Amino acid sequence: MKKVHLIALLIVLGFGAAKAPVEQRLTGEHRAAFFHGAKLSLDLRQQIGQMAFLAALSGFRSVVADLLFIQAHTAWEHVEWGRVALLLNQVTALEPRNVLYWDTAAWHMAWNASVAARYDKKEPREALRIKREREYFHVGADFAARGIQNNPDRYNLYERLGMIYRDKLGDHCKAADVFERGAHTVKAPDYEKRLAVYELAQCPGREREAYARFRELYESGEHERLPSVIKWLGILQEKLNIPASERLNLPPN
Amino acid sequence: MITTPPKHRAFSPWRIHAIASNALLELARLKVFYFLLLFALLIIGSSAFMMEFPFHEQFQVLKDLSLGAMSIFTWLLAVLATAMILPKDIEDRTLYTILAKPVPRVEYLLGKLLGVLWLLLLSTVLMSAMFALALATKEHLVVAQTMREMAHAPQEQLQAALRDVHEHAFTSSLVPGVLSIYLKAAIFASLTLLLSTFATSSIFTIIVSFVIYFIGHVQHIAREEWLGSAHPMAMKKVFLALVALLFPDLQLFNLVDDIVAGNAIQMALFVKTVGLGCAYTFVYAFVAYVIFAYKEL
Repeated sequence: MKKVHLIALLIVLGFGAAKAPVEQRLTGEHRAAFFHGAKLSLDLRQQIGQMAFLAALSGFRSVVADLLFIQAHTAWEHVEWGRVALLLNQVTALEPRNVLYWDTAAWHMAWNASVAARYDKKEPREALRIKREREYFHVGADFAARGIQNNPDRYNLYERLGMIYRDKLGDHCKAADVFERGAHTVKAPDYEKRLAVYELAQCPGREREAYARFRELYESGEHERLPSVIKWLGILQEKLNIPASERLNLPPN
Repeated sequence: MITTPPKHRAFSPWRIHAIASNALLELARLKVFYFLLLFALLIIGSSAFMMEFPFHEQFQVLKDLSLGAMSIFTWLLAVLATAMILPKDIEDRTLYTILAKPVPRVEYLLGKLLGVLWLLLLSTVLMSAMFALALATKEHLVVAQTMREMAHAPQEQLQAALRDVHEHAFTSSLVPGVLSIYLKAAIFASLTLLLSTFATSSIFTIIVSFVIYFIGHVQHIAREEWLGSAHPMAMKKVFLALVALLFPDLQLFNLVDDIVAGNAIQMALFVKTVGLGCAYTFVYAFVAYVIFAYKEL
């Protein structure tokens, strides 16, 4: 090695020593801002193949995720639910910050796959069909919950998970909690907090809390005096036997 | 009347500009811009192929594929264009003609690098324009379709639907993503120039550059292990340290995936990232000069 090459190597190493802590700190800041959250494990490498894994490692994660998502769409058209779940699992592992993928996965499982399982003509035993239907509800809920873990700052997946608890699993208490958490995210629309209170009103033992929240909404202004809010206030005033003097004078609904 | 020749300056930005313009012209004559046709085909193809998908997914795939293609094309252009600059000038004897004049080697090298950076900038701007046009066209189509389908819906619902469409189309948060693609290509142009100052052939330069590209994307794993783990084996620690010190962390410049997914990057964080990218470009160019200054031609 010539002397000049040695000097060049020393400069590169010196720069490396200076940049390493900067890079380490910057990586931490990027992660805190929800960048580079994908976990590319050996399991994923076995599932998506060597070339796709290499492409994902080399900065083309989103392109690989798109191609897998299109495959999942094709699998959905062919009604191959197991394959849809597997592919969407890979897609979400590659793109954990993409709410669209988590939401689509949760929706496919809890709504489409579950209905397909319930009305599966190849399975004559209803009990088994119902069991499989519920399993898909839970798979959908799991997608939404994992999506929330990766996107705690976005309301969409709280809404999806709340809907699964509300419409599919019939658990109003959990639905209320999930909608409530969604309502506290930065860009949550106003209706999120109403969704939480509607579910709270149907959660056994928490009706009084729901009534207080409905009153709060009602008294916050004209824009919150929606027919559904007025209806629930009326129902809860009756159910909780609120004294006439404390009742709100509600307009006819 | 005797005219005195203009005074020769030790360092002249005009000479660098002349060399850079010439390098850009030479590269343009090699018909490198034909790749834009491929890019256009890719955009049109993906738009047409995704027509049956919901509009959220159409926008998502269009953005991912377009920005992914921009990333590949700029990187390839950076590596291939830079790798051939020095060997071609040596083969054509142009290098000797230029350096026989009072042109310092640093100006020659900077001019060539600047030429490639201009080429990359031009390519990135042209691809971005095509990408923005494709997004705008799709947005226009989706808006028209939404208005047609929701003609009888209440005004509030229609406005909410249209807002949803606009939020999924072109947003200003995509700009840092495009800039990070250019930055990564600029780092590679500088790195490839460094490699070509001591490489014996263009093929060697290209292959090593490709290998560094792949290592650069997993470098952070080595660095985190090296700086983070308490008691690694000595040999392992030396190996990890060498990887962390010698190679750039390219993962830091891979912002575009998460930006398309809806992540917005704070300006302060983006400026720090750009600063690091500029530092890489400068240091690699400087090391390239150190080697080139003592190279026997």
